[in-house]
Amino acid sequence: MIEQAFNGLVGGAFYALLALGLAVIFGMLGVVNFAHGAFYMLGAFGAFILLDSFGIGFWAALVIVPVLLGLAGVVLERLLIRRLSGLDPLYGFLLTFGLALILQDLVRRQYGVQSQQYARPELLDGTLNLGLFDYPAYQVFVLALSAVVCGGVWLALTRTKIGMIVRASTEKPELTRALGIDVSRWVTPVFGFGIALAGLAGVLAAPMRAINPLMGGDLIIVVFAVVVIGGLGSVFGSVAAGFLIGVVSALGNLYVPALSQTLVFILMAAVLLWRPAGLFGRQEGLV
Amino acid sequence: MIIRLLARRPVALGIGLVVALALPWLIYPPVAMDIMAWALFAVAVDLLLGYGGLLSFGHAAFWGTSAYTTGLIALHTGLPFPVAIVGGALAAAVLAVPIGYLAVRLSGIYFAMVTLAFAQMIYFLVNQWRDVTGGENGLQGVPREFFGMDLSDPFFFYYAGLPFVLFGLWAAWRIVRSPFGQVLVSIRDNPSRARALGYPVDRYRLLAFVLSAALAGLAGGVFAISHGFASLHDVYWTTSGQAVMMVILGGIGTLWGAVLGAALIVTLNDYLATAGFEETGIVTGVIFVLIVMLFRKGIWGTARDLLASRPKGDEPAAEPAAKAPAEPTEAVAKRS
Repeated sequence: MIEQAFNGLVGGAFYALLALGLAVIFGMLGVVNFAHGAFYMLGAFGAFILLDSFGIGFWAALVIVPVLLGLAGVVLERLLIRRLSGLDPLYGFLLTFGLALILQDLVRRQYGVQSQQYARPELLDGTLNLGLFDYPAYQVFVLALSAVVCGGVWLALTRTKIGMIVRASTEKPELTRALGIDVSRWVTPVFGFGIALAGLAGVLAAPMRAINPLMGGDLIIVVFAVVVIGGLGSVFGSVAAGFLIGVVSALGNLYVPALSQTLVFILMAAVLLWRPAGLFGRQEGLV
Repeated sequence: MIIRLLARRPVALGIGLVVALALPWLIYPPVAMDIMAWALFAVAVDLLLGYGGLLSFGHAAFWGTSAYTTGLIALHTGLPFPVAIVGGALAAAVLAVPIGYLAVRLSGIYFAMVTLAFAQMIYFLVNQWRDVTGGENGLQGVPREFFGMDLSDPFFFYYAGLPFVLFGLWAAWRIVRSPFGQVLVSIRDNPSRARALGYPVDRYRLLAFVLSAALAGLAGGVFAISHGFASLHDVYWTTSGQAVMMVILGGIGTLWGAVLGAALIVTLNDYLATAGFEETGIVTGVIFVLIVMLFRKGIWGTARDLLASRPKGDEPAAEPAAKAPAEPTEAVAKRS
């Protein structure tokens, strides 16, 4: 059972990384990025292509892919998303939905629907003894890295000046602007950063999961449920809910396998009944 | 002025009816039936989005639930297909009660995400309940039983299915022009004020949600009988997205626009499929991006604005009841 819980944490690491990116993008831009799952998928394909076509391995991909996708995110924000600022957030949602369809089917056209394989990096190919049980080293690495990234983002948001600006402009954009801070300067880098996080999650997923064009589309809906549970405005809530949902669905898989995939949505319904703004969200956006 | 208004609406309705009746002569009858079913589906989504300010991104749950329920009734009971379709629509409405109860507490983007998540829950349920739904194979061989009459020819079935769609369209039209519809619009425009005036906002929204789901279900049932099967695709999130796209392509808050959007998208998809182009997401995605970026009022909305802006004597600016703005809601636009 402890091993299952650990599996859940590893699964939750992906939710947390994706939910974190969604949360910062939503906070700063007011856009719920439907294309987030597509960028996760592109991250996995990026790692695959680097190895397959250029012989560039996992460790380098871990840096190159998020940087490239982050830059793509910057371009995307400049070209399209920026033009929707001030409009109803639904338009951003619809725009990114269209982008998700395009990206997904472009990859499908190139690679088909069969899953691609990606070998684990040699260094992490073994198992680690975690005291109570042996566990694949790669999974431990994924968990550790995502914990470090989420923790790092948390520290950056709470302890640095940039973090203060980002948080302030997330919560009170008008007031922050009135204090003489140029909020719009930070919008583009934050969007790029959120996309880079999705790309990072994709690279991490490549050796563990089947790489195919649809991998992001199904995951993103679960991540939406995760951020609704955590509270869409709350960065901390998104990450915490990510790990929590990972564990809950892994344990659910153990005890009630029939419900494994729906459990997260049942949980979401329960949370909505109890706290419509999510576990860590403030009562905003409720009318 | 009033006479001219009265004169215009029957003309538009008349033209619409003639087109609907002539459709299977003009195009391949199964595609004609698809257009009508999707048109009703899009109108159901627009009822919520255009008049309630609520973007449901999970209406595939109702379309699909009805498709499966209709299919199961037709397959296992041998009852005539109209009974099956009505049963499907009822099932969709019943499902909409708990989902709507939870979802209408939220608005704007939260509402969209929550409806999407619930729809995905239905998708997983349908996928896993293999004994009943056939899992990935779907329901095959749904019959078109009608007291022994032979309706296997899609041309004849079109006229058998059309009354359901026309009834659904008429119902939507009645709903948005009723006092209930007017309250709905006032809630969309200013929920706090509507609440202050004493309207039970959540109850109005829930009723709109259930009505919309029933209409989507009616459409899904016709679709399932027309195709003779129900598949997982009917409950998948891309189906919800497709319906939303039809609405914004035609113009949010214009029921005619939803019908037009459905006709265009179904025709386009049919064309792409015949041409052997499988990755329709590339094309539909580009359309999505283009209309969101450049064409937010949609075809019908833009045309109506053009007509309204032309100075033409005592021509009324627009039909009063159809004066829905292209922006779904003001209230949810600003988060803080």
